Amino acid sequence: MATREEITSGLAEILEEVAGVNPDDVAEGKSFTDDLDVDSLSMVEVVVAAEEKFGVKIPDNEVQNLKTVGDAVSYIEANH
Amino acid sequence: MTAGSRIVAMGHYQPSRVVTNDDLASTIDTNDAWIKDRVGIAERRIAGSETVADMATYAAEKALANSGLSAADIDMVVVATCTSIDRCPNVATRVAAKLGIAAPAAFDLNTACSGFSYAVGTADHAIRAGAARNAIVIGAEKLSDVTDWTDRSTAVLFGDAAGAAVLTGVPDGEEPGVGPVLWGSAPDKGDVLKIEGWQPYIHQEGQIVFRWATTALAPFARQACEKAGVDVSELAAFVPHQANARIIDGIVKRLGLGPDVVVPKDLAVSGNTSAASIPLALSKLVERREVPAGAPVLLFGFGGGLTYAGQVVRCP
Repeated sequence: MATREEITSGLAEILEEVAGVNPDDVAEGKSFTDDLDVDSLSMVEVVVAAEEKFGVKIPDNEVQNLKTVGDAVSYIEANH
Repeated sequence: MTAGSRIVAMGHYQPSRVVTNDDLASTIDTNDAWIKDRVGIAERRIAGSETVADMATYAAEKALANSGLSAADIDMVVVATCTSIDRCPNVATRVAAKLGIAAPAAFDLNTACSGFSYAVGTADHAIRAGAARNAIVIGAEKLSDVTDWTDRSTAVLFGDAAGAAVLTGVPDGEEPGVGPVLWGSAPDKGDVLKIEGWQPYIHQEGQIVFRWATTALAPFARQACEKAGVDVSELAAFVPHQANARIIDGIVKRLGLGPDVVVPKDLAVSGNTSAASIPLALSKLVERREVPAGAPVLLFGFGGGLTYAGQVVRCP
């Protein structure tokens, strides 16, 4: 089981590769769209990469609920 | 008997009116940088009084002229479209009437943005079966008729155009120029892209379409190559449906195409023209001679339905 810190740092790697986000800016309280400037299509790319990296299924209807990095960490933690 | 078919010529038509991103930004809350970054479109062509049948006719007329065949040689007209307003007569017979094609098998086919590859597959099968000798296959769309120009999530995406191919049978013993079609659909996702009801507007769940297109389609595109006995590494060009530059990039990455494969991004100047986008891009590629005649080109359409289809063709 990955810890919340490990999941957050894994997401930071994905965010850097997919959307050019500085890993130092990635923290649980940050909003993907408002704070990290991840647009809706990049968010899809982040989700697809996270599925592969963490071995989870993130269904289409779940994506809209992942507003912050913390939301994504919690979902991955609960489902992987 | 014929061993199959090949595309002998292409033609295309776009309306003269250019609508830039800045033009759209004067009436809806959007801007040039946002559209270019999200979608990869700088401008699109929007029809005035031209109907779907008019645009289809102009494209078909050019393809026929480029083919060296005459109207009397054509015995099949297939039009892929999802934006023809008139129910009857269909677009194909209107095209035939205007071009003086006397008595062709003439029908429209609607699989939205994947329509051209479906139509090429259908015409190829007809030629293989002996039901036709020479076919004109057209993708023609007037998306401006079904676009809500106050909806910034869709108004920036679409354009009007037509593209056409002339297919002819190849004699037994010769290599066919149209590879076997790989076609299918994901009907369970049908509601994510709709032009539904009376006097409708296009509506789509962009994120879901984007995810499907960038993850599900590359394996089907690869299968289309396998059916044709062509390795992906042998492709001279890949002409996908022109919906979104980032979808194209995603499929190219998953297919593992090298930098020397020509991948048109005609949507930058044409927008998403649905079933017209592949023949439009292929016609321009042939016109500019960006790919040598005879070289393998993978066509791959995808869109509403959700539907998809593709095949490897030898470049005319």
